[in-house]
Amino acid sequence: MTDPSGLIRPGSTAPGFTLPATPDGRQTGPDDFRGRPVVLAFYPADWSPVCGDQMSLYQAAMSEFDRHQAALLGVSVDNLWSHRAFAEDRGIDFPLLADFEPKGEVSRRYGAYTDRGESARALVVIDPDGTVAWSHLSPPDVNPGADGILDALERMDDERRVTTR
Amino acid sequence: MTTPLQVSARLRTPVTDADHVRGPRDAPVTVVEYGDFQCRFCGAAYPNLVELLRQRADTVRLVFRHFPIANVHPYAESAAEAAEAAGQRGRFWEMHDWLYEHQDQLDPVHLSLGVEQLGLPADEIGAEVARQAHGDRVRHDFVGGIRSGVNATPTLFINDVRHDGDHDLPSLLAAVDNAANP
Repeated sequence: MTDPSGLIRPGSTAPGFTLPATPDGRQTGPDDFRGRPVVLAFYPADWSPVCGDQMSLYQAAMSEFDRHQAALLGVSVDNLWSHRAFAEDRGIDFPLLADFEPKGEVSRRYGAYTDRGESARALVVIDPDGTVAWSHLSPPDVNPGADGILDALERMDDERRVTTR
Repeated sequence: MTTPLQVSARLRTPVTDADHVRGPRDAPVTVVEYGDFQCRFCGAAYPNLVELLRQRADTVRLVFRHFPIANVHPYAESAAEAAEAAGQRGRFWEMHDWLYEHQDQLDPVHLSLGVEQLGLPADEIGAEVARQAHGDRVRHDFVGGIRSGVNATPTLFINDVRHDGDHDLPSLLAAVDNAANP
């Protein structure tokens, strides 16, 4: 079954990439966190008026991602300076990656790019070996929350516990 | 594992005796609010929820749970912990109301005056807040909310189903009446 949205499906190998990251300007990507689960949160734009901003919520929920040793990376087509100002304003200290040049290239590779020229509001959970474990596409104006991500991380932990028993 | 269909989130953490409840114990409709005392949308919903409880006094009970977005609202966590400190002294709802009625006065100095105004021991409560004595309780509420799909404040669950509608009085009355007479 293929997702009509084109969003990358569970079981696929997560494409490797690095992008400029905020707030410190270095490049990073999922390969820097191999051996840990990685959560990619694609979102349309910094400052977008989703009531109860998604990235702020994830910052507040960081301790829950930490419990699974998961690395969280936000991705949008905004440039580094927008990301930096946005992160400062919302107190965000996880990396926000700038999929800015070539515009949206990484988002496209994950099937998370829209014809509005923005990343889709899409979540991708990658397991410690680099395989997509869960993905989810939201309407652009709906904050998907963190429950789906945490459920996926929990299932991943459970499965690993079973296989190493 | 497939991408789930978009369904309304459900409350995963049942209401217990440890919750702060306002309204009749056996009310047919339970509204659970996940709120942040510094959030202006919660502040805007507050008088509507009070009026809802007044107009549907036999039908509704309100449960308040903490959901401070501390990185955006610097005083939300201390306000939540102050409410818990008041709660331990049997005065949760008075503190809750004071906080929502004084959202521009949540800094430590004004908060302490508010605590005093309510006739609570300001120094004691200040010390408890400073050492985060009630932090675990607030965190417990927050995590339960995250797992139930809380994605903004306020988020309301009406008989365990997330209310994705507006928080104005007519919307709340309609949602509650609907839940009371399914």
